[in-house]
Amino acid sequence: MADFIVSLLTGLSSAAAMFLVASGLSIIFGVTRIVNFAHGSFYMLGAYIGYTLVQAIGSTAVGFWAAVLIAAVAVGAIGVVMEILLLRRIYRAPELFQLIATFGVILVIQDVTLWVWGSEDLVGPQAPGLKGAADILGKPIPEYDLALIAISPLVLVGLWALFKLTRWGTLVRAATQDRQMVAALGVNQRWLFTGVLFLGSALAGLGGAVQIPKGGADLLMDFNILAVAFVVVVVGGMGSVFGAFWAAVLFGILQTFGIQILPNSTLVLMFLVMAVVLIFRPWGLLGMPETLGQAHPGPPEQPLRPALPRVRILGGAATALLLALPVAHLVLPQLVGAFTLVLVIEIMVFVLFAAALHFIMGPGGMVSFGHAAYFGGGAYAAALLVKFADAPFEIAFWAAPVGAALLAFLFGWFCVRLSGVYFAMLTLAFAQIAWAFVFQDMPGSVLRTFGIADEFGAPLKITGGDDGLNDIWPSAWAGTRIAYYYIAVGLSVAALWIMRRFLYAPFGYTLRAGRDSPLRAAAIGIDLTRHRWLAFALSGAFTGLAGALFLFSKGSVFPTTLEIARSFDALLMVLLGGVQSLFGPIFGAAALTWLNDLFSVLSYWRFLLGVTIIALVLLLPQGIVGFAGTRLGRRLRLARPEEITA
Amino acid sequence: MSGAPHERVPVLEVESLSRSFGGVRAVDRVSFTLFSNELLAMIGPNGAGKTTCFNMVNGQLRPDAGAVRLNGRSILGLPPRSIWRLGVGRTFQITATFASMTVRENVQMALVSHYRRSRALWRPARDHYFDEAMALLERVGMDRQYDRACGVLAYGDLKRVELAVALANEPGLLLMDEPTAGMAPRERMELMQLTTGIVRERNIGVLFTEHDMDVVFAHADRIMVLDRGQLISEGTPMAVRSDRKVQEIYLGGSAVHDGGPA
Repeated sequence: MADFIVSLLTGLSSAAAMFLVASGLSIIFGVTRIVNFAHGSFYMLGAYIGYTLVQAIGSTAVGFWAAVLIAAVAVGAIGVVMEILLLRRIYRAPELFQLIATFGVILVIQDVTLWVWGSEDLVGPQAPGLKGAADILGKPIPEYDLALIAISPLVLVGLWALFKLTRWGTLVRAATQDRQMVAALGVNQRWLFTGVLFLGSALAGLGGAVQIPKGGADLLMDFNILAVAFVVVVVGGMGSVFGAFWAAVLFGILQTFGIQILPNSTLVLMFLVMAVVLIFRPWGLLGMPETLGQAHPGPPEQPLRPALPRVRILGGAATALLLALPVAHLVLPQLVGAFTLVLVIEIMVFVLFAAALHFIMGPGGMVSFGHAAYFGGGAYAAALLVKFADAPFEIAFWAAPVGAALLAFLFGWFCVRLSGVYFAMLTLAFAQIAWAFVFQDMPGSVLRTFGIADEFGAPLKITGGDDGLNDIWPSAWAGTRIAYYYIAVGLSVAALWIMRRFLYAPFGYTLRAGRDSPLRAAAIGIDLTRHRWLAFALSGAFTGLAGALFLFSKGSVFPTTLEIARSFDALLMVLLGGVQSLFGPIFGAAALTWLNDLFSVLSYWRFLLGVTIIALVLLLPQGIVGFAGTRLGRRLRLARPEEITA
Repeated sequence: MSGAPHERVPVLEVESLSRSFGGVRAVDRVSFTLFSNELLAMIGPNGAGKTTCFNMVNGQLRPDAGAVRLNGRSILGLPPRSIWRLGVGRTFQITATFASMTVRENVQMALVSHYRRSRALWRPARDHYFDEAMALLERVGMDRQYDRACGVLAYGDLKRVELAVALANEPGLLLMDEPTAGMAPRERMELMQLTTGIVRERNIGVLFTEHDMDVVFAHADRIMVLDRGQLISEGTPMAVRSDRKVQEIYLGGSAVHDGGPA
């Protein structure tokens, strides 16, 4: 019994940070309708700023809590700066555009944090006055845990009072229900939004600061908490603070008990609970079903036309050039070095990845924020088959697209029922779960739990966690640089062509139909959910194929292939190339991969990329999507005149 | 335009259909039968329950009570896409077409779905049911604009495209919500003449709501008048025109009961 109570309390204490971050995210979304992807970064900043302040003034209890509060206020102020400089200008922009903008902020904050605090993980000091352990039914429990348990209800009550008892709170509630009506009543939305950003960001900062004594501060905090916060918000219901509270409590308790049953199982448990909740309540425990705006407002896409002769010639020429490159390498090794071949392989891998993402994102209007799950998932499927079943390259290779398709089939079942930002958040949450699965070596930890060891008696490693899986190479016939080059180029060009056929076929048109007008699609008998599901799985398969090419070109696979940053890379390629054009993702991926290769030697490359994204968003409002693609299309006269003017 | 339709097969039978919203009986025990080769108009002041009634027939809204039968078979609780499969075409008050497709592709999509080819992955969509789509477009007078994107069409033309799309699965019943809303007066009459012609030659039953009384009295074979959720009058245009209760609603003091769109 005592064990049970102690576990329960530990669970409640770990709910605190989750609740604080998720409630902030939920409040910001409720009023501004923007999913602040930088919310995890605010949490991380809260931890780092809190750490510095605690070092400076936190030697007494008063000083410690003052430091925590100042950190929260400071992060709130950063949120205000982001609102005034960035969000304020893009409230009317398409959803996608807003998400990309806040993603730019993530990149900037990552590198700024790295620059200010360094790359070392910071171990948090203990809180003065709460260093000991309390005695609960004869079991020790850290006093600081008890403080954390008290914080969530206090904040919840505070928020409740703020929303119920103040005029500002009434306005926030009204805006959450009907933004236009509030504006029509003459309320100054500007400051309402700024205030909400302050509150939400401060809550994230508070969440980061209060967990310093338990978790310290590190550079992975932003993405880690983001996925957790998304799961909490999705399960609790978007825009509902009470929903966030109950979901956080649920997951906090689940984590503690889950760890006892199965170490490292927390994220998988979260996934299972989220799955169950979403089956019965697609809008979360306390969320309301609502109709969101279209994911793609703005001018409609142009009809698909058969490629112009000019385009066909260009495509043929590009393919011929790709095929001739190894010959050039053999004849003129000084001019076309081995590295060029390696770079082209890498470019083709990401072109395929981006095109597969575009397959559902453009024609299907389904913006996946977690497509790395199928890229890395496929690579791991093949790698595991090689490692543990001694599968030959020829078989293991195809396990990647098949495995990725199955994974997409499973995750997709939940995701395709939702649309817009809900879809984006759910795909991201699933991807993070897949990442945790390999990063924490879930299967290995299950086997270890049952005491199963390898032949030398050492604990089994399956995915290898952080170390990844190494020494996985193609068969001898495919192992030479030139042979593998032809495999990679041949397969990716073939896959691109097949995807193009799919999109020109009735299936692709049906996807576009569902994106253009779900109402009309239903009125001509189309079962949209089924088509979207199938498209998701197909996209997963092609993404997995890219993963296989990646795996066997590198000889190893690491959890980074599944991380959020990888998903965002693909998203960025599609967006920069142009979501409305089939060639867009190809240009976008090629350009970005090449640039990445050029600039990744710079130490603050993410900062540059983030600033570039933000600048593009601000300078070309409504226009970044497809800007590059359209420009290029116009310059090369690849499009018909009427397609260019739009 | 009035007079007995030459073939009277019941297509749509609605019995005591009711639906309340928070204590307000939006539709209160409405019953009617629609026959093939007949245009039946549903009219009434704002808030009379026309849209609610309409959406219960087309599957978007579940009734609290009542029955809806299509060709003798209950369609209650079926989603819109299943109702379409049973031969119900629809047009919307605000046209719903696929903006990123050409006129012909819009019709081809409906045909692709009708023949259950929407999961075909290889042969280009533009080669599917090409001639059939063109024939439908010719019937509604849109064949010359077949290659234009729906996103750039004039509103009246979009309405015609919708009609062609609605005809793609050879429906026995057409549901038209405000078919002439947002059109110029002359366009309205042209569209309704077109519709009437198609209905006659294909033996279709049409249920439509409409605000324009000129359109209603010129083209409907029969008219139903709803008021505060109840069916208060039903008959030929002549009969409805002379009905005292109808005159009271439209000419008496309280023509509008609430501000919501009907």
